[in-house]
Amino acid sequence: MAKQLIALTVNGRAVEQAVEPRMLLIHFLRETLQLTGAHIGCETSHCGACTVDLDGQSVKSCTVLAVQCQGAQVLTVEGLAQGAQLHAVQEAFTQEHGLQCGFCTPGMLLRAYRLLQENPDPSEAEVRAGMSGNLCRCTGYQNIVKAVLAAAVKLKHAQSAAA
Amino acid sequence: MIPPAFDYHAPNTVPEAIALLGRLGTEAKLLAGGHSLLPMMKLRFAQPAHLIDLNRIAELRGIREEGGEIVIGAMTVENELLNSKLLAAKAPLLPEAVRQIADPQVRNRGTIGGDLAHGDPANDHPALALALEATLIVQGPNGRRAIAAADFFQGVYATALGETEVLCEIRFASLSPRSGCAYEKLKRKTGDWATAAAAVVLHMQGGKVEAARIALTNLAPTALRAHAAEQAILGRGLDDVTLRAASAAAMAICDPAADLRGDRDYKMAMAGQMVRRALLRAAERCH
Repeated sequence: MAKQLIALTVNGRAVEQAVEPRMLLIHFLRETLQLTGAHIGCETSHCGACTVDLDGQSVKSCTVLAVQCQGAQVLTVEGLAQGAQLHAVQEAFTQEHGLQCGFCTPGMLLRAYRLLQENPDPSEAEVRAGMSGNLCRCTGYQNIVKAVLAAAVKLKHAQSAAA
Repeated sequence: MIPPAFDYHAPNTVPEAIALLGRLGTEAKLLAGGHSLLPMMKLRFAQPAHLIDLNRIAELRGIREEGGEIVIGAMTVENELLNSKLLAAKAPLLPEAVRQIADPQVRNRGTIGGDLAHGDPANDHPALALALEATLIVQGPNGRRAIAAADFFQGVYATALGETEVLCEIRFASLSPRSGCAYEKLKRKTGDWATAAAAVVLHMQGGKVEAARIALTNLAPTALRAHAAEQAILGRGLDDVTLRAASAAAMAICDPAADLRGDRDYKMAMAGQMVRRALLRAAERCH
């Protein structure tokens, strides 16, 4: 059960750490790196509160081992904003009140971030399907869907302004 | 929840994985997507002393066509199946079914091979493999061998995969462009296993069924091929009488376990409904 050394990039920062093989990515992020944005909800890969971006894909970090992330790029909610400038999905969740208690929000933001890269112009049905791995126990889905759709518009405007 | 302690191995090739299996014996488990195994370890239903992670073996990933056959690497994840243009054209049954498995995040990790080799009758790929008449290619210390999907599933968590073997490929004949297929899955919510599900591949000629394959998910200790249901419609049109006969024949082979999804009678009734719906939808898609 020897510890293994892993080297990865988290939110653009190089990290090197010896971890027990059984350490889950969510525990590595929260306890070792003190990045407590990603939340632990169900721990059985249903709720999506622990969703982070791993090598450009949304994953549930409660069901990935930290040792599997050797060489990986990880993005958590702490890495979304650029300094004081919130990311478009964060702005949209604020403006559309896409949260109630906020527990599911980091996972929702990270999934929305990746969904809008996979599909920059989603229909409402595609947003619902794309966000279906994230549960909101407050059942605040209506505003979450609105927020994701609003973020899509923001990102499109930002892109055409830059072009 | 934290899994029990284990040693982690990440081979880069299939022979390395097989050598590790030989050396570590029954204390070792293969790790594919981990979305069944890791939760089971957290709950102490499984406590392997060693995990052999197959995720770094590039040769186990990918979807290709080889002489009229589709070949899918066992470590190909569900979302790759979902987004495959080749499968959309040559085996649309798979993308349609995969869309109904788990959720987007889980489909980024969960693999077709893990789904099959786990031997869980609630998983969807076993019935799909039966309906596609797939062959599973496994590799062990003495080389490769082919196992028909019909011979692979032996019971709950029991398959024909040997202790020192790795499931490498899933192969099946491309579906004819004239055929129609459908996967009808009743589930309570996103991410749930099937209460009942039916996979159908159908050929129609002049309004009559020329060939049919029907397979069932989560209705017995293994996925089931519903041969009698197929016989009930062969050479006939799909009307209320033949659809009833097919559904009844499918229900007759079911042996579901009662759980929170329903009692046996309900699940069997739903099996009949799923067969009926899948046949009708597959027929609509026949040319």
